[in-house]
Amino acid sequence: MPDNPHSKTAALTTAQVAHVAKLARLEVAPGRIEEYRTQLAAVLGHIAQLDAVDLAGVEPMAHPFESHNRLAADIPVESLSIEAVLMNAPAVEGRFLAVPKVLAEGD
Amino acid sequence: MTSPAHNTPTHNTPSDMTALRDAVATGTTTAESICAGMLAVTAERNTEINAFHEVFAEHALEAARRVDSDARAGRPLPPLAGMPIAIKDNVATTLGRTTCSSRMLENYRSPFDATAVERLAHAGAVVMGKTNMDEFAMGSSGEHCKWGPVRNPWDSSRVPGGSSAGSAAAVAGGMCAAAIGSDTGGSIRQPASFCGIVGLKPTYGRISRWGLVAFGSSLDQIGPMTRSVRDAALMLDVMSGIDERDSTTADRPPTELAKTVERPIEGLRVGIPRQYMSDANDSEVNAAVNAAADAYRALGATIVSVELPLTDVGISTYYVIAPAEASSNLARYDGIRYGHRAQLQPGEDLFTLYARSRSEGFGPEVQRRIMLGTYMLSSGYYDAYYKRALQVRRRIKQEFDQAFTACDVLLGPTAPTPAFGFGANSDPLAMYLCDVYTVNTNIAGICGVSIPAGFAERNGKHLPIGVQLQANAFEEDRLLRAARMLERALAATTGAHAPKA
Repeated sequence: MPDNPHSKTAALTTAQVAHVAKLARLEVAPGRIEEYRTQLAAVLGHIAQLDAVDLAGVEPMAHPFESHNRLAADIPVESLSIEAVLMNAPAVEGRFLAVPKVLAEGD
Repeated sequence: MTSPAHNTPTHNTPSDMTALRDAVATGTTTAESICAGMLAVTAERNTEINAFHEVFAEHALEAARRVDSDARAGRPLPPLAGMPIAIKDNVATTLGRTTCSSRMLENYRSPFDATAVERLAHAGAVVMGKTNMDEFAMGSSGEHCKWGPVRNPWDSSRVPGGSSAGSAAAVAGGMCAAAIGSDTGGSIRQPASFCGIVGLKPTYGRISRWGLVAFGSSLDQIGPMTRSVRDAALMLDVMSGIDERDSTTADRPPTELAKTVERPIEGLRVGIPRQYMSDANDSEVNAAVNAAADAYRALGATIVSVELPLTDVGISTYYVIAPAEASSNLARYDGIRYGHRAQLQPGEDLFTLYARSRSEGFGPEVQRRIMLGTYMLSSGYYDAYYKRALQVRRRIKQEFDQAFTACDVLLGPTAPTPAFGFGANSDPLAMYLCDVYTVNTNIAGICGVSIPAGFAERNGKHLPIGVQLQANAFEEDRLLRAARMLERALAATTGAHAPKA
């Protein structure tokens, strides 16, 4: 039986690192995958200490305070101008963000 | 280069910001001369220390002259009138750029000011410049910076700590009256400790995060980095309070701590977590904590031993929650609307545009944390890592609540060591472990402050050591009054250790 790929004790593989890089939209050079694998595996190995904490009946806490939605008054306020929004754009055509052609022929 | 001692008043010397502000208000000095003096120090020292990425000299002098003209006309001065304040480069300013010390945002200009900056300016402060930092606030040394490493003004062969590296170095080096930093896991307190200044991480929700570039949204807080506890109180008063633009700000009025900070707390109970006094700490660090405890005893406070058994799992909890939140927050950098965009070769697709822009724009530590967070949030691993870490988070908060039934404030080290040398923690995990005493403050959302408490001698140089006080959520009044008691008590002894100019 191969290791359960979702087990935390299973060693992180280079294939998993490449997959995670893809999910994270990062272009990692093949020559650097092993370096990242070693570093990430060391951190994950350390994090495994969380398994020893007794968490029976403990609810997850996503935020420091149990806060409720706070709604703003329903009054229109001015938002950023088009000029302000576009001033940091890598490429602009008129009042629009310009992007390279993203669909291949036949798409 | 001279020793920084004459530029690094670590206690209430006449040159903390409160004293400078009073001197301007009474006409003893002018805002322009204070500003010009700090600009001169910056011009002399910034090439070596690299605290500032951008300095707004003309803007600062002009703003200072306006304050002087108001003072001459007898107009009432706001609380920070003419005070040159440095802003960490992950806090949005319409002046200059907001780069997060990253290639990703190397040309980014914010169309708005952060709420904290707006409130500082409203209080009369002068935005003096933007400070270097570990890229996207991910680091504990100031080495991971697109604009080159920041150096410690006490010993330029050592790091200033991070990630608010430039803010700490600028305050310690006498280049500004005070600074703001951000603290996600210790990024204000640890560099404050390494640089011999005061660094306050307020309670989560105290200060608006509007305009703070998001890293870990449930952990991030902006806070003051100053030469004295009373300066930190003054800045918190100015920056705190509800902000309609950040729905996570606490619905509480701004603090008024400058009024109370000088008042000692009768019957103060100081808890020392047994787990904080580890043999793994440098001996001078534990000695500084013990000396602080002695000083409190001499002031009539009660010292109690408390237990925080989950101290050691804080790093593991943090390095799940923070990278998970970061991987989500940093997904916005896609090379389309703003930030770095890679050049594509003919025939390359949209995926390549995203991935190449991100890989060219982010440094290795940022990419490491994005991958870590992405992995732990990915299908099949979410419960094992993220959900579990959030459960431990609740346990950590419960442990603090329990400890605060026995004491008013917690005392311990800010960091296990004084400032280390460049490259000393090049292994990522080793760097993460430096934050063992600071991450749990953020995980629980409570408040903490590092104040100077002594020195360690290394290679003939004096390196500052900070001690940390923590108090429960929204107990900044108690926290800073207790810190002020200690600061006053230690002023004589630590001052005697300061290196001669």
